[in-house]
Amino acid sequence: MARVIVDVMPKPEILDPQGKAVTGALQRLGFTGLQVRQGKRFEVEVDGEVSEERLGQIRHAAETLLANTVIETFDVRVEG
Amino acid sequence: MTARIGVVTFPGSLDDSDAARAVRLAGAEPVSLWHASDDLSGVDAVILPGGFSYGDYLRCGAIARFSPVMGSVVARANAGMPVLGICNGFQVLCEAHLLPGALIRNDRRTFVCRDQKLRVETRDTVWTCDFADGQEIVIALKNGEGNYQADAETIARLEGENRVVFRYLDGNPNGSINDIAGITNEAGNVVGLMPHPEHNVDPLAGPSLDGLPFFTSVQRFLLAAVG
Repeated sequence: MARVIVDVMPKPEILDPQGKAVTGALQRLGFTGLQVRQGKRFEVEVDGEVSEERLGQIRHAAETLLANTVIETFDVRVEG
Repeated sequence: MTARIGVVTFPGSLDDSDAARAVRLAGAEPVSLWHASDDLSGVDAVILPGGFSYGDYLRCGAIARFSPVMGSVVARANAGMPVLGICNGFQVLCEAHLLPGALIRNDRRTFVCRDQKLRVETRDTVWTCDFADGQEIVIALKNGEGNYQADAETIARLEGENRVVFRYLDGNPNGSINDIAGITNEAGNVVGLMPHPEHNVDPLAGPSLDGLPFFTSVQRFLLAAVG
């Protein structure tokens, strides 16, 4: 079974309060000079071969449900 | 004619019974609608209540948007039926593209719960015609993800077309662009806002009755549409 990864990130111009909180916590722990933006990673198990058509379906799924393209960008890739 | 106003219950809805009660106190008949049915029972208007539909999994409103009931709500809304989205309901309306933009986490990163002052920026919607121009109201606000965001072009269009319906006064509680608390669609039949008018309809339960005009406005509109 193949695995396709969908990464979803808040757009650069959109405030990322979670990433900001993590950045602040890292600084308090002494991990200085690190800026974090937090997104989501979806691991999609695909029955059969990952054809271009199948990848197209997954891109469509990402655009329809996994990401809200008003505020987020997404990237789809085959793992391995 | 008594208006029949549907209130949708999603798994995780919290304020559906308060919304139904507000509808009743305002003189209309509340009708319970269930997320898993596409049957709107012939209602004249629909309210999407506050809460955490589908656990707010993925994004607030993202899964509710694809529920069977929403297919019917979107079709009827596009045909002019009044729809009011409160808090989580506003998030669902944005995810369903009935309203532009999106709600993200509050800039202060905490849940905010308080009596919130708002200005009614336009009476030119189905849900605000019983207010006065520029009326200042106080209703309950309670959310963790009420930060309204949209691209500059969308904001300019909303402002230019007088579609910002409510604006936060005395401090922006969540980082929303231009202090936006609620907006409407082009036709003015779909309104979404983060604060909760259904909690301000009874003197026992809040500092004002400023929520009532939402529920009387829609009835006035429906009566006028019939007459």
